[in-house]
Amino acid sequence: MKEKKVSKEAYAYTPGLKVKQAMMVSKTRRLPIFGEVYVNVGDEVNYDTVIAKTHISGDAEVVKVAALLGFASKPTDLLAYMKKKIGDQVSKGEVIAGYSVLFGLLKKWAYSPIDGILESASTVTGQVIVRGRPIPVEIEAYIPGKVIKVLPREGAVIETNAALIQGIFGIGGEIQGKIKMVVDSPDEELTADRIMSEDKGAVLIGGSLATLDALRKGVEFGVSCIITGGVRHDDVTALIGEEIGVAITGQEEVGITLIITEGFGKMRMSQRTFDLLKRFDGYMASVNGATQIRAGVMRPEIIIPHEESFEKASSVELAIGMLLGTPVRIIRRPYFGAIGNVVNLPVELQQIKTKSYVRVLEVELEDGRIVTVPRANVEIIEE
Amino acid sequence: MVTLSKPNEEMRYILVTDVGSTTTKARFFHRRDGEWRFLVAGEAPTTVESPYEDVTLGVRNAVSEVEELTGHHILSEDGSGIAVPYDGNMGVDLYCTTSSAGGGLQMMVAGLIKMMTAESANRAALGAGSIVMDVIARDDGRKPYEKIKRIRNLRPDMILLAGGVDGGATTHVMEVAELIKAAEPKARLGVSYELPLVYAGNNALRPQIEKLMSSIFALTMVDNLRPVLAVENTEPARRAIHELFMEHVMSHAPGYLKLMKWTNVNIMPTPAGEGMAIQLIADTFNENVLGVGLGGATTNVYSVVDDRFVRSVSANLGMSYSVTNVMKEASIKNIMRWLPFKLDEEDVASRLMNKMIRPTTIPQTLEDLIIEHSVAREALRLGLNHHKTIATRLKGVHVDRSIGDVFQDAMAETYIDMMNIDIIAGTGGLLSHAPWRGQSFLILTDAFQPEGITKIFQDSVFMIPHLGVLSTVYREAAWNIFDKDCLVRLGTVIAPAGTGNLGDPVMTVELEIPNGDILKENLKFGEIKRIELDESQKINVVITPHKGYDIGAGSGHKIESTVMGGVVGIVFDARGRPLKLPEEESERKETLLMWFDIMDLYPDEELKSLCEART
Repeated sequence: MKEKKVSKEAYAYTPGLKVKQAMMVSKTRRLPIFGEVYVNVGDEVNYDTVIAKTHISGDAEVVKVAALLGFASKPTDLLAYMKKKIGDQVSKGEVIAGYSVLFGLLKKWAYSPIDGILESASTVTGQVIVRGRPIPVEIEAYIPGKVIKVLPREGAVIETNAALIQGIFGIGGEIQGKIKMVVDSPDEELTADRIMSEDKGAVLIGGSLATLDALRKGVEFGVSCIITGGVRHDDVTALIGEEIGVAITGQEEVGITLIITEGFGKMRMSQRTFDLLKRFDGYMASVNGATQIRAGVMRPEIIIPHEESFEKASSVELAIGMLLGTPVRIIRRPYFGAIGNVVNLPVELQQIKTKSYVRVLEVELEDGRIVTVPRANVEIIEE
Repeated sequence: MVTLSKPNEEMRYILVTDVGSTTTKARFFHRRDGEWRFLVAGEAPTTVESPYEDVTLGVRNAVSEVEELTGHHILSEDGSGIAVPYDGNMGVDLYCTTSSAGGGLQMMVAGLIKMMTAESANRAALGAGSIVMDVIARDDGRKPYEKIKRIRNLRPDMILLAGGVDGGATTHVMEVAELIKAAEPKARLGVSYELPLVYAGNNALRPQIEKLMSSIFALTMVDNLRPVLAVENTEPARRAIHELFMEHVMSHAPGYLKLMKWTNVNIMPTPAGEGMAIQLIADTFNENVLGVGLGGATTNVYSVVDDRFVRSVSANLGMSYSVTNVMKEASIKNIMRWLPFKLDEEDVASRLMNKMIRPTTIPQTLEDLIIEHSVAREALRLGLNHHKTIATRLKGVHVDRSIGDVFQDAMAETYIDMMNIDIIAGTGGLLSHAPWRGQSFLILTDAFQPEGITKIFQDSVFMIPHLGVLSTVYREAAWNIFDKDCLVRLGTVIAPAGTGNLGDPVMTVELEIPNGDILKENLKFGEIKRIELDESQKINVVITPHKGYDIGAGSGHKIESTVMGGVVGIVFDARGRPLKLPEEESERKETLLMWFDIMDLYPDEELKSLCEART
């Protein structure tokens, strides 16, 4: 009999989402442009410690001086009309160029449209550029911990012992709050009646779904974040006011951060995720809903700093990929959400129900069933 | 000039990869009995993103799969990359690659007049394989401060600035240049990276551009892409973009410095590879071609019409990362009109959102497959609409018009006329991996709505970009593989333009089938008929359209032609152009099921039970 070929290992197409009870979490806090760093290696920092600060140059505005003053055909004359020099501070409405002749009977002025600095005056185009005042930008630590590395002129790397849970999708940016369980099981929906006024600033944990009413009540009561297994597509659209096209999120200003751990629709939160959040009920968490699927995968995160036992995160597991026995989650119908262990990795392409020939693997589910799924439709569970 | 490891005639094995935004695809080729053929494919997730941040890991994994499937060792034993040349035991004689990972090449272009130099600059950037993030022009309707803000927020990989014919406009071109400088744009990759700027405008302005821009940009000057109004010369700009792509952009992407050492052929943007392959088809058949690469993130449409090549890229129309943007732009209703069963809008929307957040998954159920095919129709339709806005006549050029033209508004903006397209060729994961070729045939037909007599081709296992880059160094091998193993002749569609009412007569066709018999068919409005005819066979047809329908010779005029078969065959499409689905729900579903059945699109029993379960 011909021996069946079996892969020694395979690579999951979707990187596994982390659900870790304890690991050293490090966050790189970096300015968008060079600036000044205020911390040193070894410093202890809190959530709101300012790590680095800079100023980004203000927005520029163009003033078409030559056209305004009527010498557009001879812009080389511009400097003769300038009332301010390059580098001068100017205020909004202040004259920057112009002329007055015949004792003021004939006069024309060009004014600065903003407060700022006169940056350039072009004798080629006759236009003047006024640069707005620099805009201060500072970055905070976001998580409490220790500075383990300083990035000169850019920022620092902060490290802390924490639980880390990655969601699959989120909206809204960085925020902190105390974790509060508002459902008893991962199947339950988070409905509006479960949100109270005292939940202001909290990170609320729901089960399978957050309703639109619940999300709106969360906004009304100043809840920091809602974390659930799933959410309806229409409800996200209603909350943010437009349909999501490409998954680059985090900048929405809807008054709340939302993180879903499983997917769209009503989705039971995975038991491991639910149990882990429950274990840290009452702890402070740093959360970020920012998601970017393409060009630099970024998943939403829940970081819960704590002092409990430390197990080192293995970077080896990422490199190894999938082996027989690797725990996986199925991430597409008809077994969406099911968890099991890889029991076979056949090399040859196999035909699935759509009649496509694809590379598959066999998974033994928690209920004992062995199912065949495309390799592309599983993600490794990183324990 | 590239130095190859061996003379072409001594080569035995070639490996080509495409580092896609989602998947790295390795294709392994072998010379057998003096003929180059495709041997096997290996695929693995692209590793440009965190936590891997090294594309060579994904390339290794994809190549490992090839090794596993063939038993032929390709990776060098010391881990330094691909073993080149083949030593009689292991390795390959040539390795080259394309790439679109990490977002591909993202450009901002600027010109003086929106419909003239800015449009030409847009075409040049698109033709070089880039994604154009925005087109800035003096007359684009935005105020200067709005343009400055926009340029600041873009973070492109490169800027292309055009404007003015040689010796023409100066002041206004400099105004645009000053805007760009005032915006202080930053590059996407890294804070210390000097942003490349290609100047391809009025050559008289070069000293002034140099003075203004060279201190903050990596400035390259090339010949004006619109030296006079009647001429568009995009080639020098395109070449400069490719060189800068390698020098500046690729070398900053994770792992690419290493990958560049593995191959001595320049890494080419994936769409540029696709474009070369589409041009190869047009050159070989000497016909007008419309090609499409339906990817996960983007939809690239290529046209070669009367020797003019144009490429468009719809950056956010795709089947995985961008699938929800297709839903947003096309509307969920337009996607669902292609479903022959009932589902809630929210259910379909959630499925598509789940595909977007887990973009590498593939349909495992027939229901999911048909939903993805519906999205594909809409992505392609929108992609072609976008292409038509790029494939336009040169504006600003005097064109003689007849009185008839004026009254009939015959000078359409685009020169893409489906009646003049002889070949449609499709590539991309969804089309190439469709379980039955008839599916991609009908998807392409429904989306592009070819008119007249049109051949439909398809990439067999997604290797068009691979063969595009290979053709730059070994054209003969590339064409051999292309012809024998890549280009699947799906068949020919015969579709008259015109519209009517269900059941009305549309055309009469007479075919001389291979056994010599004459087959006569009368097609009524709304019908499709498929005739199986092997790809090696050609038959003579006489098509007589009824009044109001045009098959290429004018309304009601007969055409005699020889048409080729394919794995799907010959399809007579009397559904009308433009194609409209019945408004009434049950009629629409019945009509779709009838078409699916005639095309033998999906397994009968499964489709039947699915429709019964979803009424």
